[in-house]
Amino acid sequence: MGAFLSYTVIGIFTGAAYAIAASGLVLTYSTTRVFNIAHGAVGMVFAFLYWDFSVKQGLPVWLSLILVLGVCAPLTGVFIQRVITRGLGNAPVGASLVVTVAMTVMLIGIARQIWPPDARSLEQYFPDHLIHMGSVIVTWQQIITVVVSILVAAGLYVLLSRTRIGTAMRASVDNPDLLHLYGGRSDIVAALAWAVGTSLAALGGILLAPVIGLQYFDLTLLVISAYAAAMLGKLTNLPLTYVGAMGLGLGQSYIVGYLQYIPGHDKLTGLPAVMPALFLFAILVLLPQAPLRIGQVKGLVSAPVPTLGRSAVFGGGLIVVVILMAAGMADSDLLLVGTAATYGIVMLSLVLLTGYGGFVSLAQFTFAGVGAVAYAKLDQPNLFGLLVAVLISAAVGALVALPVLRLTGLYLALATMAFGLLMDKVVFTSSWAFEFNNPLNAKRLSIFGTHVNSIGNYTIMMTVFFVLISLVVVAVRRGPLGRILIATRDSQAACGTLGLDIRWVRVALFASSAGVAGLAGALLAGLRGTIVSNDFIFFNSLLLLVCVAIWGVTSVSGAAMGAIFLMLLNYLPGFLGKNESTQGLLFILLGAGAILIGRNPNGLMFWVFKIPSWIQGGLFPVLADRFPGMALKVRDFAGGDRDDEVIGEPGGAHAHRDEEEVDSDAVAAR
Amino acid sequence: MPLLHVDDVVVQFGGVTAVNHAQFEVEEGTITGLIGPNGAGKTTCFNVITGLQTPTSGKVLLDGRDITRMPVHRRSRRGIGRTFQRLEAFGSLTVADNVRTALDIHDGFSGIFRSANADIEHLLDRVGIAGYAQERADSVPTGVARLLELARALACDPRLLLLDEPSSGLDESETEAFGDLLKELASEGRTVLMVEHDMDLVMAVCDAIHVLDFGSIIAQGTPAEIRANKLVQKAYLGYADEADAADETKVMSL
Repeated sequence: MGAFLSYTVIGIFTGAAYAIAASGLVLTYSTTRVFNIAHGAVGMVFAFLYWDFSVKQGLPVWLSLILVLGVCAPLTGVFIQRVITRGLGNAPVGASLVVTVAMTVMLIGIARQIWPPDARSLEQYFPDHLIHMGSVIVTWQQIITVVVSILVAAGLYVLLSRTRIGTAMRASVDNPDLLHLYGGRSDIVAALAWAVGTSLAALGGILLAPVIGLQYFDLTLLVISAYAAAMLGKLTNLPLTYVGAMGLGLGQSYIVGYLQYIPGHDKLTGLPAVMPALFLFAILVLLPQAPLRIGQVKGLVSAPVPTLGRSAVFGGGLIVVVILMAAGMADSDLLLVGTAATYGIVMLSLVLLTGYGGFVSLAQFTFAGVGAVAYAKLDQPNLFGLLVAVLISAAVGALVALPVLRLTGLYLALATMAFGLLMDKVVFTSSWAFEFNNPLNAKRLSIFGTHVNSIGNYTIMMTVFFVLISLVVVAVRRGPLGRILIATRDSQAACGTLGLDIRWVRVALFASSAGVAGLAGALLAGLRGTIVSNDFIFFNSLLLLVCVAIWGVTSVSGAAMGAIFLMLLNYLPGFLGKNESTQGLLFILLGAGAILIGRNPNGLMFWVFKIPSWIQGGLFPVLADRFPGMALKVRDFAGGDRDDEVIGEPGGAHAHRDEEEVDSDAVAAR
Repeated sequence: MPLLHVDDVVVQFGGVTAVNHAQFEVEEGTITGLIGPNGAGKTTCFNVITGLQTPTSGKVLLDGRDITRMPVHRRSRRGIGRTFQRLEAFGSLTVADNVRTALDIHDGFSGIFRSANADIEHLLDRVGIAGYAQERADSVPTGVARLLELARALACDPRLLLLDEPSSGLDESETEAFGDLLKELASEGRTVLMVEHDMDLVMAVCDAIHVLDFGSIIAQGTPAEIRANKLVQKAYLGYADEADAADETKVMSL
């Protein structure tokens, strides 16, 4: 009984801290429709900042708290809202996910840069004063956390239901345009929501840091618990969020406490850590069917799609380049080229899923890991083994998508996140996969009996795979399937009324994408010979997503450039002397880049693809004057026979239409 | 038996009742108008019929069969097609590819090896927007996009066609041509249910009219009957006589 009460106390404490963090998430999401993946990273950075003030610089605790929670965090929140996330609420959900993932990467980079890895600890409040309640010992930290969470709940209640700005916040949930028409300042409302939300993230981080430790990743991922709790309230209901947080805190505490009594518990040591992810999955499965969206996403400007012939020429060129490299480069460098090819194939899977389909996966490397483990365990280093590995990854992908079949893209992305963490903490470390980061051996592939043994030939083969998959992706985009994918992205409601079952399109798309990622993982296993679970950790998936977002997730060229970029990124710190601080700086640059560019899904390739029209518009007339014959050739080359429309500014073409519709909106809302 | 029967449907959004015990029928092969002031619940009715909105209570019957819980795509397979008030054209695709996608979805695997160009041309020609075939759907004028939605719906060969304010954005002569097209569709045996504010068009083409106000059907009948109905005149069309005009402020304040 005493033990039970102790676990209950711990559970309530954890639940209270989760509730604080989750309520911040709910506040920002419900007022601005931007789901902040970086919520946990924000809490992490401010926990470090609080440590800096109170421990390193020795400021009094009360002053540090005021500085962090009352000044720095709200200002940062306003900054994030004004500069980074403004306007994302009306954008496709993919854009807000990419931008907030980039923010996560950037914040982790900032934390590493300012506070390099070191042993740090935050003391609990009043560590020497314990309260004995019968057989149960309660710490002041626990009491403070619970009291603070109650105060936060009360404060939010008063803010939202008893103040004018709170009423405006609730109104802005329903229709910011309408609020604007009635003279409400939706931008002030949004800024306030982000200020309060960021402070709550910071508060959650500060309260949990003494218990969890000042760790970049542990504190960042803590937010999964907040997601899970917030999900119970469908991201908008604060009381249900508190219920979810408490349930999760208590459940986690009891499982930690009573795990030893469960038969086979020695195999389940990772269970407590993934409780939030499991909880998240469970809630996703239980959520009711989401209605098909009407009138939310408008046409996007897509990257030009090259003809198959043109792609084949470029692909052939790429293969020739790699053949030349294979002849002249050292094995260690070729390993990097092969790694880039792996990244490229994983990114192609994102072109299919995100670029064409509009869905975001936050755990694409995890699917690659599934492929790698399957390939290594099958021990069939031939095309059959490769195919089976691909099919297994695809099946796993379908399994992740199935439970969230009925829900919108945001929930699908969160399901992939939960899946990535689950695989990280439980499956990849279990005895039948890597067994706590033990290397797993894999043989190089043989094709129809021909062994591809040398690293040079293997790299060439991987490039060939990249090119072949690129061609398939381009062919899909040009064919009926590609059109249907674009159509589902543009209007789910219209697709439904035309007779398309969008749910199965989604599962098929997700499975194919996971299959392609699995292929990349299997090939990487063969290339390296040994793989470890660290090759596929969750955070790498976020880096990959950010890289491909910078270069453009809508085009095969974007995937190719993104892959080379990510490879260089891994290579650069080593090149610069394995300096820890360079990695932090790289994360910052990478995150900032993706925040700047990630809104336009065409990425940097958007500008690259414009070069031909610049040549035509600027250079061509000059050339035509001087060398009539040659200029014609330039035009043929530059104009090409791209089948897509001219690239315009994103959103430009339909901007006027949105304005027209404001009026009918207002009327319809009567 | 009517083709479509909306049976005592109620839709509530939080505390707001958008559709309040609406009850009406649509006979096969007719053009039926669904009219009423803005916010009367017309589009919500359409969403309930097509399955985009689950009603709080009540039933929708197609051919006497209860389809209230049927998913959107299966209703489409049973012959319900629609256009949208707030446009839902596939903005990233060309006008022709919008129709092509509809044909792809409708034909499924059987259509993969068939060139659809002739069908697309025919459909675009029929609604009168063939000239826009190669333009991106988010760059064409609103009226054209509405006709595109009609062409796209026709690609699925619907028995029951729901048109949500199809003529807004069309000029006078285009509206006239559109009215002819509607009659032609009805003469092919298709049933049309149309939400429309252009009363001249409604009165000219409809066989029957249902009037919706505050989520309830307040009148139904032939165009002539509706024109003569005092309730309708008060709620929507205008005023019957001087005495009713005194109610103006009352109606406005609602």
